[in-house]
Amino acid sequence: MELITIILSGILIASATYLILSKSVLRIIIGTGILSHGVHLMILTMGQLKRGSVPVLDDAVSTYSDPLPQALILTAIVISFALTAFSLVLLLRNYKELGTDNTEDMKGVPHDD
Amino acid sequence: MTLIHFAIFLPVIAAIAIAIIYRYVKDVHLGWFVLPIPAVIVAYLFSLIPSIANNQVFHHTLNLMPRIGLNFDVYIDGLGLLFAILISGIGALVVLYSIGYLSKDEKLGNFYVYLLIFMTAMLGVVLSDNILMLYFFWELTSISSFLLIAFWFTKEKSVYGAQKSMLITFFGGFMMLGGFVILHLITDTFSIREMIANVDLIMASPLTPLAVVLVLLGAFTKSAQFPFYIWLPDAMEAPTPVSAYLHSATMVKAGLYLVARFTPVFAFSELWVWLILVIGLVTLFWASFNAIKQDDLKAILAYSTVSQLGLIMSLLGVGALAVSTGANEQIFTIAVVAAVFHIINHATFKGALFMVAGILDHETGTRSMKKLGGLMTLMPITFTMTLVTALSMAGIPPFNGFLSKELFLEAMFEISNANFSALADWNVLFPILAIVGSIFTFVYSIKLIHGVFFGKRTHDTPKEPHEAPKLLLASPIILSALVIIFGLFPNILSGSIIDPAAMGILGTDTALNTEISHWHGFNNPALWATVAIVVIGTVLYLFRSSWMFIYDYHKEQFTLNHLYDQGLIYSQLGSAKATDGIMSGFLRDYMVYIFGFFVVFGIVTTFYTGLPITFDDFAQVGIQDMALVLIILVSLAIIMMTRSRMVSIIMLGAIGFSMALFFAFFRAPDLALTQLAIETVTTTLFLVCFYHLPKRSKHEESIKFKFTNFIVSVGVGAIVILFGLAAYSNRLFDSISQYHIDNVYDLAAGGNMVNVILVDFRGYDTLMETLVFGIAGIGIYALMKAKVSRKDDDNEEHA
Repeated sequence: MELITIILSGILIASATYLILSKSVLRIIIGTGILSHGVHLMILTMGQLKRGSVPVLDDAVSTYSDPLPQALILTAIVISFALTAFSLVLLLRNYKELGTDNTEDMKGVPHDD
Repeated sequence: MTLIHFAIFLPVIAAIAIAIIYRYVKDVHLGWFVLPIPAVIVAYLFSLIPSIANNQVFHHTLNLMPRIGLNFDVYIDGLGLLFAILISGIGALVVLYSIGYLSKDEKLGNFYVYLLIFMTAMLGVVLSDNILMLYFFWELTSISSFLLIAFWFTKEKSVYGAQKSMLITFFGGFMMLGGFVILHLITDTFSIREMIANVDLIMASPLTPLAVVLVLLGAFTKSAQFPFYIWLPDAMEAPTPVSAYLHSATMVKAGLYLVARFTPVFAFSELWVWLILVIGLVTLFWASFNAIKQDDLKAILAYSTVSQLGLIMSLLGVGALAVSTGANEQIFTIAVVAAVFHIINHATFKGALFMVAGILDHETGTRSMKKLGGLMTLMPITFTMTLVTALSMAGIPPFNGFLSKELFLEAMFEISNANFSALADWNVLFPILAIVGSIFTFVYSIKLIHGVFFGKRTHDTPKEPHEAPKLLLASPIILSALVIIFGLFPNILSGSIIDPAAMGILGTDTALNTEISHWHGFNNPALWATVAIVVIGTVLYLFRSSWMFIYDYHKEQFTLNHLYDQGLIYSQLGSAKATDGIMSGFLRDYMVYIFGFFVVFGIVTTFYTGLPITFDDFAQVGIQDMALVLIILVSLAIIMMTRSRMVSIIMLGAIGFSMALFFAFFRAPDLALTQLAIETVTTTLFLVCFYHLPKRSKHEESIKFKFTNFIVSVGVGAIVILFGLAAYSNRLFDSISQYHIDNVYDLAAGGNMVNVILVDFRGYDTLMETLVFGIAGIGIYALMKAKVSRKDDDNEEHA
């Protein structure tokens, strides 16, 4: 299972990279979303999968699955949501001000000081 | 913190005080407040002479960062004390001179603050035993020199000269630091004395030649040796007191000090001896040759300084033979004595000559040789001082320059006895270069006296010439008097300061008992060399108009200055071009650099270290897992293919919800819940934004563009997979998870481990997370509400 999730997260990150390198801002934001999914999957895999039971204290259970990656990912999910929300609003505002969602059109005039 | 540490830092402390009080001092010249500081230091240093003359050394430690070896170790032996006395003694005279030279309208606060910083820096260079501290003070001298050259910063030439000196000396200083680091690698110490004790380690190391070259680069740039001397003539834009002090008597001798200090460390190295000897003599020859054609008084003195520095440098090269070859030690010791003696003599006569040049500039309004002439009767005191000091520079008895010059010639003749490397095979070369250089020195010295004070008065001077005020004359008179006293009674110096300094250079405790005498007998080759120099020099000066044309063969585009200027221009152009090429202003290019670096870095690491991957210890794969993997892959494919934004947003949602299911399968219920909630909100947000976005947007992407992106993405994915597998296969540390599992109830009284980690074990993380969330919220609010006022509405070019 871990082999599959590692490869899957590699594919997710590769796709995310491709999207981030494109010119459309919306695709870049989608790319960051996919990137965070890939990273979450990778972190979770590092704590080994499907070993022990749910990490909630129980006298009948002796082994638990690793709680630390889960705690880290929980934080990461929320942060990546904040990032996505902010980028989306930035995209909107940017479009209203500049009339484009193409990053190539956004670059400033060189030496405009 | 001992008295000597305090003495080193006294000028900087005074500089702070000067920076505060200079606004309030209007009636008195600020220099009077500065003058006591070098005077006090020199008085203190004189009190150390008796113990130093008895072969005592002082060593005081002040721990700064002992664990990395950065300590302020002060080490005073004869060499350090000699330089320290020169620095503070000449410093006092220069401050006195500057009171007459600079009017109260100048920015005196700046001037004296820089000068005092320099004093501390220079004292630190010559008294530090720790090479890190030495480097620190070394660069500080470069900085204060830069500030002082640019003192009249509205003049373009001052700024040019300051920049030139800074670029060249900083380059050398940085190279020297590299040499110091290598020395530290070899000997594992930053202390020069311990390096001398471990010289066998340095002899054995293959890195030593590199260290030699790097340390010498520092010394050669600082002491203006060929081919780095070009900054010194341009540094003459500084006020004359600065030229006399930094660029003649003290700072430019820091390189000599460095070479002298490291002689016991490097003397065994053939490279060291050859470089110092040859570069020194070439500098002597080339700079004295070029000094003759100069018209500006200070330019003559600048080239003369360069050539005299070369002279001392070559003497130190011969002196190194005394350390490395046991056989003829006595003969070569005389070279070290000559070097030390000439350092003192040069400081006296060249300091005085610079001050005289300043007086002439001050009283006539020009420094051009063409405009000056026939001033002997108008400025008799100045004339007398010039006569004494310039003849001393030319090597005429009975002045001090004659004595050290004769010792120098003697040392050059002695090289034929050297049993070291191939030196003896080249023994003709060294005396010839030395004699030719000395002839040119004689010629420009005579030109200086004759051109300014003899001949007809030109009446071209902007001001009507008259004798300078007493304040300006005081300092050069003292120095000229010293020239005569040291010339007549050299042995008041030899026992008290020259011998201890020479012993410091040689790194020995055996007393030298030097006797400097005026007469060595008729069969001394140096005597006949001196006679030849005077005769040929006089002939050359008398017939100068018939051979000056040879300077025309040295065309502008073949000079080192031209090379420097062109190098500067092209390096600026090149860096501008490189910056424009890399910084395209296009986000995607920067991302390609980042990802591309990641890929290259990953490949190189894999190549060099290898990635041990084992394929065991995997969990079972269920059918439901495979279904989820399939869903994610299909969704990804659709996102990549589709041009519809709505579809890609929905597919992103599909991936998110699949992730939530994954979390559920992998026994992470908290994650699954959070992911579900967040994914719902995110998808909604995307859809809301979608409503406001343009219906169509043009993103033509060329095949090349897409292909590059594809290659980079595949590389990133492959590296991630490789590293993920490697990390999974090799666990270098025990996980901290077990600690959390064991203590979750005892320490935090909770059952849900994930929650306890979030709010208790790693509570601060979560707190900061809410902060991030808050910042994002404020940012979003601001973006929605804020109105941007644009000034240049006309420049809008977008559709």
